[in-house]
Amino acid sequence: MNLAPAADAKYEVSFTINGEAKKVLAHPMERLLDVLRSDLKLTGTKEGCGEGECGSCSILLDGMLVNSCLVPVAQASGASIVTIEGMSAHALMKPLQKAFLECGGAQCGICTPGMILAAVHLLEKKPEPALADIREGLAGNLCRCTGYMQILEAVARAARRRVAK
Amino acid sequence: MRADPAEYSLVSPGNLHAVLALMAREPAQWLPIAGGTDVMVLYSAGKLPNRKLINIWSLPELRQIEVFPDRIRIGAACTYTAMRTHDIVSREFPLLATAASWTGGIANQNRGTLGGNIANASPAADSLPALLVYDAEVTLISVRGARRMAYQGFHSGYKQTALAADELIRDISLPRRFSGYCSHARKVGTRNAQAISKVCLAALGLLANGTIRDVRLALGSVAPIPLRLNETEHVLTGKKIQPSLIEAIKKSVAREIQPIDDIRSTARYRTAVACNLVAEFLEKLATGGADA
Repeated sequence: MNLAPAADAKYEVSFTINGEAKKVLAHPMERLLDVLRSDLKLTGTKEGCGEGECGSCSILLDGMLVNSCLVPVAQASGASIVTIEGMSAHALMKPLQKAFLECGGAQCGICTPGMILAAVHLLEKKPEPALADIREGLAGNLCRCTGYMQILEAVARAARRRVAK
Repeated sequence: MRADPAEYSLVSPGNLHAVLALMAREPAQWLPIAGGTDVMVLYSAGKLPNRKLINIWSLPELRQIEVFPDRIRIGAACTYTAMRTHDIVSREFPLLATAASWTGGIANQNRGTLGGNIANASPAADSLPALLVYDAEVTLISVRGARRMAYQGFHSGYKQTALAADELIRDISLPRRFSGYCSHARKVGTRNAQAISKVCLAALGLLANGTIRDVRLALGSVAPIPLRLNETEHVLTGKKIQPSLIEAIKKSVAREIQPIDDIRSTARYRTAVACNLVAEFLEKLATGGADA
């Protein structure tokens, strides 16, 4: 049994992040979001609301889209984590970047990393999404700039191009 | 004020037996945390009264959906995603699959759990009216053993549950006898994802020779607990659906619910919507289940 660390003690948590094995010293209830940003300096993951409503802190945890503000770091022990920084090598990254630029899908940029990860999570499961699928896949990600249509169009365009290839 | 993680402990005993042993040794001291979609919100805001948390997210005993000839058993830590993508859940329990699709966005559906929704005991929870109409049973477990009870008796008042201080919800069991029913699920809120319901309805109905043989109605956000409309169901049973019945039923619904004014809506609006949702369901049932 993994016994209780003392409430005030930091302990070593290991996980794989963007393909690299990492260890951090953290309190078990530290938010994964804070560990990513402060300890690992992966500041591409943004904090918006801090209560799971806005999707700015979206990451992939063992392949699942999650809000990293709602994950205590102890629950990421042994997990494989992908942040926006780890997406640069992903086959969907260039098409999505291009489509977001063309459609005006990125403006202030705070929501963009989360939008991209939500889009990747969707397109990996549904390579040819209907507009309703895109709306649902991105419904947990809020944007205060674009009014959403540009973002939805960007994801649709990236999907169409990928399928056309 | 944001919470200081140094003031909290989170232990991961790793198996159900060890979790229950710790909860028995120090009853009411350990707050179970699964996907964290409720607990972490309170924690981050510095409003979580508990300082000791026990991790139940990765217990395999709580993550299975098991299918038996007469029922399905959903582990308490099954996520909304697991439910809505499960073949039998989506085919035979569409009210539950639909409610799962309304809950949060995809990221929260990947973490939020059915047992968490029940234990959190919000009267506005989207999946709970579905459990009421499907005659769900919950199994509660502790070192003292397991006990099974009808979900309908689980909530005793606002945020009050039948859980003892050392107990955990192990699973939710649904009988497989409603797949022939006409079903209707509706959420009224500011948006589907990421917005808490003003009112939500789960309804099942079965007609025989033009009259209602069986009807089951439950509403969220209209009372201190998720509410089954027993009296309205009783009035409907054996009747033929016609305009005069629908008008009478709206009055019955209004008598049976106890909505309040809060930041999301008013009691008056909730009453009007609740009555209209039940009327909409009856119209759909009368036309043989085609969506109105």
